[in-house]
Amino acid sequence: MVQQLYGYRRENGRVGIRNHVIILPVDDISNAACEAVAKQIQGTLALPHAYGRLQYGPDLDLHFRTMIGTGANPNVAAVIVIGIEENWAKKIADGIAVTGKPVSYFSIERNGDLETIRAASWKAKEYVQWATELQRVPIELKDLTVSIKCGESDTTTGLGSCPTVSQAVDCLVDAGATVFFGETSELTGGEHLISERMATPELRRRFKEIYDDYVGEIESKGVDLLGSQPTQGNIAGGLSTIEEKALGNIAKTGSKEIIGVLDPAEKPQNGNGLYFMDTSSAAAECITLMAAGGAVLHLFPTGQGNIIGHPIEPVIKITANPITAATMSEHIDVDVQGLLSRKISLEEAGDQLMEMISRTINGRLTSAESLGHREFVMTKLYRSA
Amino acid sequence: MGNNQASTLTEKKEEVVSSTHKFLIHQRGDHVGVATSDIRQGEKVIGIYMDDHSDVVVTAKADIPLGHKISLVNLEKDEPVLKYGVQIGITTEKWEMGDYVHTHNIKTARW
Repeated sequence: MVQQLYGYRRENGRVGIRNHVIILPVDDISNAACEAVAKQIQGTLALPHAYGRLQYGPDLDLHFRTMIGTGANPNVAAVIVIGIEENWAKKIADGIAVTGKPVSYFSIERNGDLETIRAASWKAKEYVQWATELQRVPIELKDLTVSIKCGESDTTTGLGSCPTVSQAVDCLVDAGATVFFGETSELTGGEHLISERMATPELRRRFKEIYDDYVGEIESKGVDLLGSQPTQGNIAGGLSTIEEKALGNIAKTGSKEIIGVLDPAEKPQNGNGLYFMDTSSAAAECITLMAAGGAVLHLFPTGQGNIIGHPIEPVIKITANPITAATMSEHIDVDVQGLLSRKISLEEAGDQLMEMISRTINGRLTSAESLGHREFVMTKLYRSA
Repeated sequence: MGNNQASTLTEKKEEVVSSTHKFLIHQRGDHVGVATSDIRQGEKVIGIYMDDHSDVVVTAKADIPLGHKISLVNLEKDEPVLKYGVQIGITTEKWEMGDYVHTHNIKTARW
């Protein structure tokens, strides 16, 4: 059965599956004003975060790219940007406005929180009443960008939930969708398997450069990573080494050629297909970067039970671990423990996930959405000036 | 019915092979399997290879919780360990078939 899919086609033709009006702080000290507006105007969502002051160079570039990319994401209908200073607020609003969607910016200096909140609330009310009249229209899988990342992995992710996601990734790419995977450091031990799948020697060279740079930085600290990578949860779940964890991780990336290598939060440039994005392996950082790159739906295999969500990108959780499925069922959208007991085939598990993808696209709230998980975490490259 | 029950209880006492698999192995040639149920020390357990669906029987030398690994081979210290057909680390002590495998007897070869 092929279910008709419905989504929101934005001004620039991009397609989203949610319809958020967001209140986006430029910096940490503007969180309070954003949260006040979101509290006052129902149907809006503030995205508080910890950074945005005194950053410089590539770290500042990444901050702007993440802010602009989040506002530009097709799951977002309209954006209010609030910052302490006018220049950076305007820069972010201008970047988002390229999409054609409604965006306004406000700055707090010389106005104070209260006046800013008043003015921004009027605009937010206008946006939310406009956005709530937008209608879903028929869409296709090829209109969508999907991201994948696993978390609190254990040996069951490599046996069950990651291969299930692999089935979906191949299905999505075959349908013409775009898929992001990342987690640079968590490819360690299987990086050669990813390298072999790069479409061109240039991509292979770029991937090696990014991988060597990231892992070199980790190794330069000279510390024993056991307990951090793999994590305590990974070890409790039976994973013993980074290589073992990485091979389970890679088991979710499908079998397709990799047609692009992206910087963190970068938009795809080579058309639809499978892309590697240079990201942290920490769930909230990774998903925040992928959403900023344009992903509208995330597939998240988990073993021991990572509970991550994201404010604007729905996160579908898949587990094959029977203990996690039993003890944390409110967090799980797709239970494939039948793969461990061999009661279901991998194809059946893939079909279950594809069905949940369709239902989620069409509006079903994921477990993370219904539980209010809205982790929005900026990646910081180095200390501020 | 009564007989069946009695027979089942006897079987449990004698630790005969479980009727279903208790661990899975990614592929032929791998050195470890992953417990899909809790395994008790001394238990003879069936494992299934996921690539060709063939099975293997191993006697566990220790309790092995669900998700943790069982050795399918004898290995010396400092030997490479295969899972998914790829090296996942090196042994830090001698292994015997049926051993519980975790951070006490395998470590990364990378960092």
